[in-house]
Amino acid sequence: MKNIYLDNNATTPILPEAIIAIEDMLTNYGNPSSMHEAGRIVKEKITAASENIASLFNGNADDFIFTSCATESNNTILKSVLFQKYNFTPNIIISNIEHPAILNTAKFLAKNGIDVTFLPVNSNGVIEPEDLKKALKDTTVLISIMTANNEIGTIQPIEEIGKIALEREIFFHTDAVQAAGMMNFDVSSLPISAASFSAHKMYAPKGIGLLYIKNLQKQKKHITPLLHGGHQGNGLRAGTENTIGIVAYGAAAEYMKKNLDTEISYLKNLRDSFENKVKSEIPDIKIHAESAPRKPNTSNISFKYIEGESILLGLDMDGIKVSTGSACSTGSLDPSHVITAIDTDVEAAHGSIRFSFGRTNDESDIKYTVEKLAKVVSNLREISPLSKK
Amino acid sequence: MSTNWAYNDNVKSHFQNPKNVWKENEESFDADGKGEVGSPACGDMMLIMIKVKDNRISDFKWKTFGCASAIASTSALSEMVLKDGGMTLEEAYKITPEDIIKYLGGLPANKIHCSVLGDKALQAAIDDYFDKNKLANPFKQAVSEIICHCLNITEEDIRMEVLEGAVDFETLQQRTKISTVCGKCKDNAKNVQQKYIDKYYAETIYKPE
Repeated sequence: MKNIYLDNNATTPILPEAIIAIEDMLTNYGNPSSMHEAGRIVKEKITAASENIASLFNGNADDFIFTSCATESNNTILKSVLFQKYNFTPNIIISNIEHPAILNTAKFLAKNGIDVTFLPVNSNGVIEPEDLKKALKDTTVLISIMTANNEIGTIQPIEEIGKIALEREIFFHTDAVQAAGMMNFDVSSLPISAASFSAHKMYAPKGIGLLYIKNLQKQKKHITPLLHGGHQGNGLRAGTENTIGIVAYGAAAEYMKKNLDTEISYLKNLRDSFENKVKSEIPDIKIHAESAPRKPNTSNISFKYIEGESILLGLDMDGIKVSTGSACSTGSLDPSHVITAIDTDVEAAHGSIRFSFGRTNDESDIKYTVEKLAKVVSNLREISPLSKK
Repeated sequence: MSTNWAYNDNVKSHFQNPKNVWKENEESFDADGKGEVGSPACGDMMLIMIKVKDNRISDFKWKTFGCASAIASTSALSEMVLKDGGMTLEEAYKITPEDIIKYLGGLPANKIHCSVLGDKALQAAIDDYFDKNKLANPFKQAVSEIICHCLNITEEDIRMEVLEGAVDFETLQQRTKISTVCGKCKDNAKNVQQKYIDKYYAETIYKPE
C-alpha cells in the first residue's frame, strides 16, 4: 500500500535534521534553569535553537516565547483582553475564517463581556481592508487576523491590515501558523504587534508553539500569562521548557532558513501541476480561492454531486491522506465555516477536499493521486442521485 | 493498511462494494414506487426505487449522495429488504434506523443521523407505490402524540431530532423552538428527549460526574 501524505496543513512529517536533534537531546536531561553544568548545556542548546528560529522569522530572539502549541499562543493574546482594566467595553475584531483556536476563544471572550466583531471575507476568502476600516470602533483594542488560512490557503493583506491597526495604536496579532516554513514571514518588516506559530506545521514535533511579541519588554504590560509560576518565557509563560521540542524546532528552522525559497517554488510547482491535472481529468469541480493569493502548498477543491467524507475515505483506501470540510467529518452537522464563508452554495462545502502538499511529496505522488481521485470521484458520482447522466 | 478504520469492517465493505445500487439514470428503472429524502444542502440525499410483486418488494435499487456511512446504510438496507425473496411491504415499512444500525454492527454516535434517511426513503417509496396504484395505505402511522401544543411538535419530531444529533435540550430548542411559547411542555419535552437519548446514545455520550 502506498503512503501519500497530502495533509501537511494538519501536520507535517518530522525533518531528519530535527530527528537528530531530538535524539541528541534525549540524554541531555538538564533543566535549562539550573546553574550547574547539566543545566548550562541544555540552556545553551535551547538558546541556539531560539536564535535559529528568530533568524528564520528575522526577529530578535528575546521577542519570542515558547508555548505548548499555537492554540496556547492565540489564547494568551486574546484572553489578555479580559485582564486589562478598561473603563469601557473593549472591542476586538477577528475574521470569520479564523482557525477554531481564535474563533472559539473569541466566542469565549464574547460570553465574558467583550465586544467581538467577526469580520466577513470576500468571495475569494480575503479580508477587504476597507471593510476592516468600517468595522473599527473607538473601543477596538485588538485585531487578530490570520496570515494564511488552513483550509483554503488564502493569504490575508497583513501589511495593509497592520498599517490600519498600528496607525490607530491598536494591538495587531496574526495567527501565522500556516505561513511558517511555507512563505516568507518577516516579523521585523511586517507591521504586526504579535504572531503565533507552531512547530509541527513546519516539520518539527507536536507540543511546541511560539508566540512572538514585537518589543516584548515594552509590550509585556498588555499581556497576561495563562500560566503563572517560574520566570520562563520572560515571565509570560511559566513552566520548564519543552527542551526536546525546542531543539527540534530550532533544527527545522535552521534548515528552513537555508532552503525556504527552494521549498516554496517546489511546493508551488507541485500544487500547480496537481491542479492542472485535476482540471483536465475531472469535470464539474471548483477550486476554491483559485485566483486569490494562496500559500503555495494548498489546494481546496469541491467535487460536485458527491460528499467529501466518502471521497476522503475512498482515497484513504488507496493510501492517500487528505482532509475535508464536509459536515460528516467534523462530528458536528455543519460543514466547514471557511467554505461556507466564501461560497453561498452549501453543497460545495460538503463536497470539498483539501490537498496540502509538503516537502516529502513529489511529482509521482501527484500522478498517482489524480489517477485514484478520478476513479473515486467517478464511482461516487455513479451512485449519486445528483449527477446528471 | 491498518485494521482500525473509521468504521467497522461491515460498514467498510458496504461502502467499498455497495449492493443493489442503481448506476443508470432513474427513469430507466421502471419503479413501482420511488422515494427521495434529504437535500444536498444537508449533505445527505437518498433515492430509493422499488418493484412490488405479490405484496413483496421484489427489487430495490438506490442512489445516495452522502458520507461513507450513509452509503453503507442504504446498501445494508437494500440487502435486508431483498433477503429471502423480499420483505412484505409491511415488514419493510416497519424497518427503523436501529434495525439498520444493528444490521451494520453499529455506527459511531455522530454518524447515527446518516442512517436515518434510508428507512424514511423506503417508507416514501412504499407510500408512492400505494399512491400510484390508488390503493389505501394501511401503514401510514396515525399521527404521533403531540408534545408541544403551541407549535404542534410531536414525539416523532423529537425522536428524529435526537437521531439527527440533538442530544441536549438547547440544541433541540434551537432546531424546533419547542416550548418557547407557553413553556408548559418543557418538562415533558425534556423527558421525551431524554428517553431517546438514552435509547440511542446511552453508551457513547460522555457524561461527566
